[in-house]
Amino acid sequence: MVSELFAPALYESLFPAGISRYAVGGLLVGLGAVVIYLGTGIPAGASTFLESTLSYVSGQSRFQQYVSSRDWRVVFTLGIVAGAFVYALTFQSGLVSSGLYEPGTTGQLYDVGGFSLWLTDVQPWRLFLGGILVGIGTRIGKGCTSGHGVCGVGSASKTSIVGVITFLIVAIGTAQIVMALGVSP
Amino acid sequence: MPLIFVGGLIFGFGLGFSHMARPEVVLNFLQFEDFGLLFVMGGAAVVTGIAFALVPRLRDRAPLTGDTYGRRLKSFDRNVLIGGAIFGVGWGLSGICPGAAYASLGVGNVTILWALAGMFVGAYVQGYWRSQRAASETAAARAD
Repeated sequence: MVSELFAPALYESLFPAGISRYAVGGLLVGLGAVVIYLGTGIPAGASTFLESTLSYVSGQSRFQQYVSSRDWRVVFTLGIVAGAFVYALTFQSGLVSSGLYEPGTTGQLYDVGGFSLWLTDVQPWRLFLGGILVGIGTRIGKGCTSGHGVCGVGSASKTSIVGVITFLIVAIGTAQIVMALGVSP
Repeated sequence: MPLIFVGGLIFGFGLGFSHMARPEVVLNFLQFEDFGLLFVMGGAAVVTGIAFALVPRLRDRAPLTGDTYGRRLKSFDRNVLIGGAIFGVGWGLSGICPGAAYASLGVGNVTILWALAGMFVGAYVQGYWRSQRAASETAAARAD
């Protein structure tokens, strides 16, 4: 790694797990969005799925406006789950390895049929309460990390860039406060 | 539809490979303990940026839908800031965002169902409230 040649201590403190797994993963996330864009012209986002799927069970006008896109959004989400599962069966289970992939030390691995699956240590109340706010915020704010962050920034959309800066700064502040309060994990 | 599934597959594999599907890794980033996540979002945005800039110049319409190629542009208003801030609190508290939550389920993290349940509750609450408000505004406009 070129960056290790200078200031290795700084590099190690900024990127203790290296950068390759992040960069490769990010390129794949972008590639997945591009595949959909090439075929359909749709710049995909992940959070509209939350509202579009509610249109199957609720007649509220906010959800019904997504009826025409709700089917492909379910397929997109199932694809994301399946893609992550393929990763779990290969790299996460150690059956496939690469110099570009650094295994992690977070959470807990557990074994199912010879494959390694993974569980978070983050407490359920944080996930649930945070999830509620994510559900409200992404829909009011017109996008999430994929819609604003990947497709919006990729479109050089000023709205998305402002959106990303907003949620990034607030998230950093929140995570720092939660950590300072001693909540862990 | 098969193409959307394949796109989702690559997208989800990338979220797993990058460890962004792990809330701990996102929290480590937000707590300044590992800045690697910048390369996930940056790397993804560079790829889409190149495609969104080039593809509309090379072709007019998408083969599967016949839609014209455009960029993802949304109008700016106060909601972008308000929603972004609410999302930021949720992301900073839980370490999970929608796409990464779906991927997290795929890597075996059944605990993430708490976050997914929360997201549906949150999406429902705001949708219900905004639908009611839109309906009452329409009714008020009719009364005028």
